[in-house]
Amino acid sequence: MFLAVISLLCLFLFPMWRITLLAPQYPQGVTMYIHINKIAGDSPGTLQNVNILNHYVGMKFIEPESIPELKYFPYIILGLSFLGLIAAAINKSGFYFAWCVLLVALSVAGIYDFYLWEYDYGHDLAANAPIKIPGASFQPPVFGVKQIINFTAISYPALGGIFAGLAIPFAFMAGWIKQKST
Amino acid sequence: MTRLNCFQLPGILWLAGFSLLAFTNCTPSGGTTGALSGDAASQVYVAPGEYDEFYAFMSGGFSGQVTVHGLPSGRLLKTIPVFSLDAEKAYGFNEETKPMLQTSKGFIPWDDSHHPELSQTKGSTDGRWLFINGNNTPRIARIDLTVFETMEIIEIPNSGGNHSSPFITENSEYVVAGTRFSVPYPQADVAISSYKENFKGMLTYVSVGEEGEMDIAFQILLPAFDYDLAHSGKGKSHGWTFFTTYNTEQKTSLLEVAASQNDKDYIAAINWKKAEEYIAQGKFREVPAKWAHNVYDEKKHSATSTMNDKVKVLIPEDCPGLVYFIPTPKSPHGVDVDPTGEYIVGNGKLSSDLTVHSFTKMLAAIENKAYETEISGIPVLKFEEVVAGAVKDAGLGPLHTEFDGRGNAYTSFFISSEVVKWKIGTWEVLDRAQTFYSIGHLMIPGGDSADPDGKYLIALNKITKDRYLPTGPELCHSAQMYDISGDKMKLLLDFPTMGEPHYAQGIAASKIVPNVKKFYPIEENEHPYRALGEKDTKVVREGTDVHVYLTTIRSHFSPDNIEGVKVGDKVYFHVTNLEQDWDVPHGFAVMGANNSELLIMGGQTETLLWYPKEVGVIPFYCTDFCSALHQEMQGYIRVSPANSSIALSWSLGEEEPVQ
Repeated sequence: MFLAVISLLCLFLFPMWRITLLAPQYPQGVTMYIHINKIAGDSPGTLQNVNILNHYVGMKFIEPESIPELKYFPYIILGLSFLGLIAAAINKSGFYFAWCVLLVALSVAGIYDFYLWEYDYGHDLAANAPIKIPGASFQPPVFGVKQIINFTAISYPALGGIFAGLAIPFAFMAGWIKQKST
Repeated sequence: MTRLNCFQLPGILWLAGFSLLAFTNCTPSGGTTGALSGDAASQVYVAPGEYDEFYAFMSGGFSGQVTVHGLPSGRLLKTIPVFSLDAEKAYGFNEETKPMLQTSKGFIPWDDSHHPELSQTKGSTDGRWLFINGNNTPRIARIDLTVFETMEIIEIPNSGGNHSSPFITENSEYVVAGTRFSVPYPQADVAISSYKENFKGMLTYVSVGEEGEMDIAFQILLPAFDYDLAHSGKGKSHGWTFFTTYNTEQKTSLLEVAASQNDKDYIAAINWKKAEEYIAQGKFREVPAKWAHNVYDEKKHSATSTMNDKVKVLIPEDCPGLVYFIPTPKSPHGVDVDPTGEYIVGNGKLSSDLTVHSFTKMLAAIENKAYETEISGIPVLKFEEVVAGAVKDAGLGPLHTEFDGRGNAYTSFFISSEVVKWKIGTWEVLDRAQTFYSIGHLMIPGGDSADPDGKYLIALNKITKDRYLPTGPELCHSAQMYDISGDKMKLLLDFPTMGEPHYAQGIAASKIVPNVKKFYPIEENEHPYRALGEKDTKVVREGTDVHVYLTTIRSHFSPDNIEGVKVGDKVYFHVTNLEQDWDVPHGFAVMGANNSELLIMGGQTETLLWYPKEVGVIPFYCTDFCSALHQEMQGYIRVSPANSSIALSWSLGEEEPVQ
């Protein structure tokens, strides 16, 4: 169970998600990292460069300060970790499974929130955008690879997200072992 | 050896032979492509998107600049403005770089750049800086190889022309400067015929600090000869510098004959470690001398020029052991030290032999006081006590020698238009390759360091003639590249160069590429007129001076509509490029500017001074195709009559103008 909590807390060390944009002019790609409390790039100028690209088609600027999730998400993770520790202290399989279900539910909610956020950026375009492409969607994928006009967008969980995902089987195993031993 | 015929030509022919006469009399049998073989193309082919293996830095000669090429492709990568104005990059035109070209003689917009020299650590090129001399108004410049820009220029006082320069010491302790033309010391209104009494030749040691910063450490006052070229010792000869001389006849007119009479001129051997001791002991004279020192600050994106008023001068009579003269046949041009530091090659340009001195023998001759005579307190060592050997009948008109690190030397011969490969120690000629035509300097990457990279040799030719499509009377100078990795030199490539490349330097790209900067971090910008975001943009009037704090980002200026400027104002456009991505410069041009455009790199601020002369609405625009909406990157500035009461205002987009 402690492994599960430690895996979850890795979110404070590593980014959750990683989105890379590839185009002929960007042979090394432009990579954004979504952390639980910030959005960063592979260089200090990345976010500005992505915003410059986005403004041609009228996408909103990505301003981490204006994304509320980045503010309360760390508290959710801390609270969840605290609950995990309580479950460990009680040391009953039911509590482990309950925590596991809670984590799955919150993960699904988080990914759905991420999807909504991407949908909003990809579809809520300024009416006076310099470049308008009828029918084009600029929404990056949640998971996988997608062609967005001249860019190939690649979106996968990053190290923090992978560890957080591992917390689910870890917690499940903790419950399962407990159940077997009693 | 039918070649011997050319060496047997009467002397009069090869004195006149600075034409192609000698060359045309010994046309090689190999034709004008040399030993070009089928696989030459693949050896110089760098596939699209791939990098060259070496950087080559070539002096721009009378262009005053430095060009950067890739090897083996020969492709031109960049022109670095150094001593001359460059309207493309606003070098010397914008307010920030004008101080770089200041001298004690005022603003000098041009010079004649000759010898690039890379910084060294333990005798190896280290890729930090490139130094180059300005020959006409004596100066040395330092280029920073993280940004490939000129960062510093120091003026050399008491000099008549800085030719034997910069020729660095093995840990970049000093770059040197020797005057090609001796001049009255101190400068004075004297008869030219009083040369012997009143003229002197000054050598200068410029110290190089940890961050590359230069300062004049000391000067050494020598007899009035012409100081031609130099190289600093390395390894065992570290602590010494060798300067060639000609015109030891001390003539002032028709030098082509008058200065070619002495059988031997001298190589001046300077013990600079000894000089440091004398400086520490206070055995110098502090003399008045005006010299400018110009430094570019990478954070302020601006240069400052400081005028200095004195230098420390060492007089050899007061400083025994500081200078020795080594007699060397026939007006030696280049002086080159082999990678071990033992052999000093005197390239006697009016001789068919190459004279090689031994550093060990030189020290012994000094120890034994094997002096022939003395000139102004400077011992002249006995030639036969110092000479190690000679490469006999190697060619005509030897100028320069470089080394491959495998015990071989390569000497350029101007008159016989060839590179001759010979063995150090046995002095035997191993191979020769024709050049097209009349080679001056030659360059092997690291070839004048302790650690040569002996793969390619570049011949820097003085005459081009029929090598390329004709371009009227004026032709580019031609470089040629040879593969020297095998026993025989193999011509691989011709490529055109800018101005007249005298010397060049080459270095493995891997020593430079990891340190190259892609843009300037905007948060480090300390320019006094910076605007670190569009919120900082404004227009400020101070009397008739109007300061426009302008920003650029794809794809607009902020502000792009400006009103309230009047005829007679001085308008300073301070343009900050907000981009933080590689290769997104923005340009700035305004109609009627009497100077140039600006070309601003990401994170940088540059200033264009503009005089509105007529009433009207004047457009300005971005000159660098920055994005899909580059053509929309434009603005207007309204110019009102001098007595107008229209207030200053500025705006971007739909917002209300700010006043």
